[in-house]
Amino acid sequence: MTAHVEKHGTTLGLDHRKLGFWTFLASEAVFFMSLIVVFIIYSGRSTEGPGQELLNIPLTAFNTFVLLTSSLAMVLTIDAARRGNQRGLKFWLLMTILMGAFFVGVQIYEYRKLIHEGLTLTSNLFGMTFYTLTGFHGAHVTFGVLWLIATYIKALQGKFGPDNYIPLDVAGLYWHFVDLVWVFIFPIVYLIRW
Amino acid sequence: MATQAEALPAPRVVSWWSTLVDWLTTVDHKKIGIMYVAGALFFLAVGGIEALAIRVQLAGPERAFLHPQTYNEMLTMHGTTMIFLAAMPILAGLGNYFVPLMIGARDMAFPRLNALGLWLFILGSILLYLSFFSGGAPDAGWFAYAPLTTKTYSPHKGMDFWILGLMVTGIASIAGSINFIVTILNMRAPGVKLNRMPVFVWTMLVTSFLIVFAFPSLTVAQVLLFLDRNFGTGFYAAEVGATPILWQHLFWFFGHPEVYIVVLPAFGMVSEIIPVFSRKPIFGYTALVYATVAIGFISFTVWAHHMFAVGLPPVVAYAFGAASMIIAVPTAIKIFNWIFTMWKGSLRLTTAMLFAISFVAMFVIGGLSGIMLATVPVDWQLTDTYFVVAHFHYTLFGGVLLSVLAACYYWFPKMFGRKLDERWGKVHWLLTFVGFNLTFLPMHWLGLDGMPRRIATYGAGLGWDLLNFIATVGAFTIAAGTAIFILNIVVSLRKGEPAGDNPWEGWTLEWATSSPPPAHNFDGLPPVRSRRPLWDAEKKRVLTPDEVRALSTPDEHVHLPPPSVWPLVVAAGITAIAAGLIYTMFVAVIGVLIFLAGVVGWIQQEGYH
Ligand code: HEM
Ligand SMILES: [Cu+2]
Repeated sequence: MTAHVEKHGTTLGLDHRKLGFWTFLASEAVFFMSLIVVFIIYSGRSTEGPGQELLNIPLTAFNTFVLLTSSLAMVLTIDAARRGNQRGLKFWLLMTILMGAFFVGVQIYEYRKLIHEGLTLTSNLFGMTFYTLTGFHGAHVTFGVLWLIATYIKALQGKFGPDNYIPLDVAGLYWHFVDLVWVFIFPIVYLIRW
Repeated sequence: MATQAEALPAPRVVSWWSTLVDWLTTVDHKKIGIMYVAGALFFLAVGGIEALAIRVQLAGPERAFLHPQTYNEMLTMHGTTMIFLAAMPILAGLGNYFVPLMIGARDMAFPRLNALGLWLFILGSILLYLSFFSGGAPDAGWFAYAPLTTKTYSPHKGMDFWILGLMVTGIASIAGSINFIVTILNMRAPGVKLNRMPVFVWTMLVTSFLIVFAFPSLTVAQVLLFLDRNFGTGFYAAEVGATPILWQHLFWFFGHPEVYIVVLPAFGMVSEIIPVFSRKPIFGYTALVYATVAIGFISFTVWAHHMFAVGLPPVVAYAFGAASMIIAVPTAIKIFNWIFTMWKGSLRLTTAMLFAISFVAMFVIGGLSGIMLATVPVDWQLTDTYFVVAHFHYTLFGGVLLSVLAACYYWFPKMFGRKLDERWGKVHWLLTFVGFNLTFLPMHWLGLDGMPRRIATYGAGLGWDLLNFIATVGAFTIAAGTAIFILNIVVSLRKGEPAGDNPWEGWTLEWATSSPPPAHNFDGLPPVRSRRPLWDAEKKRVLTPDEVRALSTPDEHVHLPPPSVWPLVVAAGITAIAAGLIYTMFVAVIGVLIFLAGVVGWIQQEGYH
């Protein structure tokens, strides 16, 4: 199909893949919105067991900072690709991956600690909603890291440059989206005292 | 692989094996569309048989044709099948076939994603139906109300099949919608501006957006239910402080848009058919399009009209009631559009047109009963009675199915080069129309008389016997009509009257190519300067195929993407993962491996970038 597109251009002048991916993200947004709404509806309704007080806010605040910084690194990756700066591209992409992986690592650590302290998926409504919401987000970050690693391998082969950066752009869209979702989750789950 | 259009002589003798491989690996939107429609018609028949079983059970009081458990399974699978495995895929299939043709495109924007959607639909449907062989089918209704669906009340694995089967077909719907949105927005031929697109294309666009925004809510509801059933959570368990009503909110936030997801493309199809057979352009194109978009928005604000009886605060209930009535306004606008299109037109009462006109009439009845139900106190009286069953069959059967049948008669010649037989078509129409009203009209009175829906039988002496019997007779009348339809298809595929490019004198772009169209759709396109590109305004008639050809500028080199087996592999992987979540993790692990292999193959395949 791309052949056809190169020849005739697209009606809106937007790349198919980007337009399609935006649509996909719209769907994902509703998915997370629903999970967040469930969390809010059930907040403060647990009948027993531990709650929000177990959460380590400073640690997660730092983790949030790391994740947001990774978005910046992603921007720099694409910027480098557009300029044809191969070294910068690889460097910033690697930084994005490392920060993403760090975020997931901290989340695993946090989960283990919480489980140790007695908050599990089935403890109470807080446990259920907390693990489903942050778990689905964590799974998205993990998937993003894997995607970026695959992209990194292609970058090592020199596949990206000023005239082929759309795949990076699309991966970037996903990455920013996952960050943005966290920007909502963090205050709602950790900061607001329900 | 770049194929030059003319260098493709149709192979005459092909082995069944290469035909099979061809269909399994095709990325051609037309073949994919045909497979969608074929699969959907198959499930339409299956869902119809389930309906007949229900009607035999209810033909008289206190009958024991079906065990109550079997009745529940039949009822659940009938609703689920008709909505998810028949209505949605048949619309996806017709959309697949005709949207690219109507906007003058070579294919969908993402041909392999398109094939992936098809295979997910087919494999997900099979997964859902495997439940019959694994201890029992889902048995809690297509709406799957918690807590009836929790392990306590539905202990066998049926509901797990329901959850995962529909998740797989749900991915298919979202993938398909993304494809439609990009195709429609981004691949229109020169001159096909948004305000010149056929109404059917508009409705597919709006429906696709509805799918994209509505399905995630169902997915979340299902994920939580799956956790409740298999991992010991209690999202729907009142004991731990949760509320089962959460299911209804999540489900109907999806469920109400869903009914418009299936009815909007039906609106679109009759908006193509009625003008052609009235020899007049559609009346009030702009109003129709705005009404479609308005319905799309409003449909997200009315979901709680399914929940008036659960104890909503009165203000909330009335607000949702009012919003529901507002949605009747754009709907009524459309009704007037169709009527005024026919007004003073020179009508040709072909089978397609008969189905389309019946659609208008029947849908009005369904809309009116909808407004009655949106009146909160009336709903308290009628909810959970047969009146609701009457309402949604007048909208779904009278709305969706009648217009899909109209579209089948209208577009069959384009797809297969031969017309469906018109005489048998009219018999089909008559039996369907009469049978439909025999079946569902009495249900209004049964509902008003208090007969509850969703129950396996009813007592004698309540005065419901005769009307129920009539309904059952009606159901078999519909079945007879459907049998004729199937025979008509089978016979007409081989012996039908040859159609030529433009048998109905249609004026949209799908009639500007041969029937069936070549793999690359068009040798060249006529200029598009209006909503009716094939209409000759001076001669006041439709251009002949030769005139169309003379006007078209041929496309020199057309590159078609090569066939690909990877969509099938990826779909198999996803379905295996879903099956593994039901049965055993081992299968899921194999599924992950198949999935990954498919993704790698997909990315590496040459010819796409
Ligand atoms: C004029 C617009 C409409 C209004 C005001 C309306 C209103 C309603 C209301 C209030 C109910 C809930 C009844 C109850 O359960 O107590 C209902 C049920 C239903 N409606 Fe409509 N409706 C409209 C159009 C449609 C259309 C166009 C469709 C489908 C294409 C549709 C399909 C359904 C279905 C499937 C149900 C039953 C769901 C279930 O409980 O299983 N409706 N409608
Ligand atoms: Cu509704």
